[in-house]
Amino acid sequence: MIATNIAPHYAGHEDRLLQPDWAEVVKVIQEAEGVSTFWLRFTDPEIQKRYHFAPGQFNMLYLPGYGEAAISMSSNPETMDRLLGHTIRHVGNVTKGITRLKVGDVVGIRGPFGNSWPMEEIKGRDVIIASGGIGLAPLRPAIYHILHNREKYGKVLLIYGARTPKDLLYPNEYETWRAAGIDVQITVDRADETWDGQVGVVPMLFYRFRIEAQKSAVLTCGPEIMIRFVIYEGLARRIPAERIYVSLERNMKCGQGSCGHCQIGSYFICKDGPVFRFDALEKYFNVEEY
Amino acid sequence: MHNKVLNINSSITLPKSEFDILLASLRELGYQTVGPRVRDESIVYVEVEKLDDLPHGYTSEQGPASFRLISGGHNRYFDAIPGAQSWKQFLFPPRAHIFSADKIERWTIQPNEEKPPRYALIGVRGCELAAIEIQDRAFLRTDFHDPVYRARRERLFILAVNCLHPAGTCFCASMETGPRVRGGYDLCLTELDDVFLVEIGSELGRDAVSRCQYESASGFVQSAAEKGLERAANEMGRTLLLDDLPSLLTDNLELEHWNEVAKRCLSCANCTQVCPTCFCWDAVDHTDLLARNTSRERVWDSCFNPQYSYVFGGTTRSNIKSRYRQWLTHKLGTWKEQYDTYGCTGCGRCITWCPEGIDLTEEVAALREEIKA
Repeated sequence: MIATNIAPHYAGHEDRLLQPDWAEVVKVIQEAEGVSTFWLRFTDPEIQKRYHFAPGQFNMLYLPGYGEAAISMSSNPETMDRLLGHTIRHVGNVTKGITRLKVGDVVGIRGPFGNSWPMEEIKGRDVIIASGGIGLAPLRPAIYHILHNREKYGKVLLIYGARTPKDLLYPNEYETWRAAGIDVQITVDRADETWDGQVGVVPMLFYRFRIEAQKSAVLTCGPEIMIRFVIYEGLARRIPAERIYVSLERNMKCGQGSCGHCQIGSYFICKDGPVFRFDALEKYFNVEEY
Repeated sequence: MHNKVLNINSSITLPKSEFDILLASLRELGYQTVGPRVRDESIVYVEVEKLDDLPHGYTSEQGPASFRLISGGHNRYFDAIPGAQSWKQFLFPPRAHIFSADKIERWTIQPNEEKPPRYALIGVRGCELAAIEIQDRAFLRTDFHDPVYRARRERLFILAVNCLHPAGTCFCASMETGPRVRGGYDLCLTELDDVFLVEIGSELGRDAVSRCQYESASGFVQSAAEKGLERAANEMGRTLLLDDLPSLLTDNLELEHWNEVAKRCLSCANCTQVCPTCFCWDAVDHTDLLARNTSRERVWDSCFNPQYSYVFGGTTRSNIKSRYRQWLTHKLGTWKEQYDTYGCTGCGRCITWCPEGIDLTEEVAALREEIKA
């Protein structure tokens, strides 16, 4: 597993691991129906300066009176004046409450937690990024990383799907990504009158590309059923299990392997994940309700 | 009687009449002394100030879904194997205030800076001390120190007790956590009919007994205690074979027997509430109607609660089968990989307090049988 430790800005402040720091909403971007990105900056400039995250990590966002929710960072760790982008699907208590926030309001942040996408380990490889729905959010920092370091990776294929064209995230960025040499393939489950692109679920698109298994790595995040079939398609093309990386979601209360909720087998997803090599997960992943 | 300078690890005999002085010394050192007491026909862990507060002359009879306190027949204070409560409640409280937040013009956070009491735990059995050490591994990791737990644990005084009369649901000998206490105490006591044999485990322990009248322990007293412990190890009500654990469980997640036990399990969470090692927690927010003041509390949670695994779209473990399997495969399986110890000490509480009398030692045996068949 990819090692994790206490985030640097908590060093010497371990007592505060259960207590959020305030951040201000700097802007809000509506991404799709029921999905928006909240751009946040810590109110304490010292914390803002010390805070760093890696692609794939998440924060616990705290909304006073509502509680906390685990949300991945979807922004570029290196730019945007290091504002922290959180793309949120507003479906639960906390995430719906967050929709009421306006620019200048505050939310609490604990984090960053979890490990990150294996950007070092997969250098030199062809990269297949397979994601569905909100699952593109935690992968976007990995895409940005590839854009900044394009020469360090081989062919890059992004397969992204959503239920309908209206649910697609970040549509304005696809052309930029294509221009940087990423093969961006978009698909929807159900087309509407505006759509003249591909229709079908994400794993189906694997059939359309010639994949050089020995050179390739897969990064995947999305609904668990999609992940399951992406793994099947990857393995069927002889991509080794140890080069299929999966980001998982579970109920989380603490973010530090303490509250117990996010366990799968011997792992705490919040601490040992959320990104797992599939060979580490294989034993548990196909057991129903484990 | 004469007192001389005591070495750590030395043993003394303490007349029972001196025990109240020991408790008083601990209170003078600033400890709140908590121990077993009879209440509502069971044993609870509450404040105790004198030896007579303890369950004098009681024993407890325990079996699957059954706990009976029996009074009379002996003159001992530490014979009754405890009830549903464990020491967990003092280190990892069922409810703990984490912080509150107020909005006057802007939100501010008030951390909980209240200092918890210094507890002296009176009568910690081998299995119970092992349970504290298991929770230490979960709450005091190198990469995470739980502030609530740590504040209580650092200031703890432990008076352990060797267990001479195990109950029907006990299997600490199988788990190698008892009946003899295995270290980690300030004082360790073995109760004989007329006297306590006390081992000094720390300087704090030595200070605590310094005002008592004691003698160095005679060979006779020590061998009586030894014999009692040997007898106790052979009187376990249950055994659990560990040979093929943890892989027996983690490699066999699809056995038919998981369905069978799910028919009996009510998913009531009793087992996790009485378990001295279960560490799962939930965070709960309490907010006033104007939404200007809110407080965050940490409460015990259980993998048997449906909400425990809830994410948008449903719960990961919607069936009782998967919840029981999660609990047992964690306790005796994946826990070992996480913390290099089992999550079970053989205290037997989950058997005694299960309303259906589900017995994990029998469930493990049944799973083993199915694999053999």
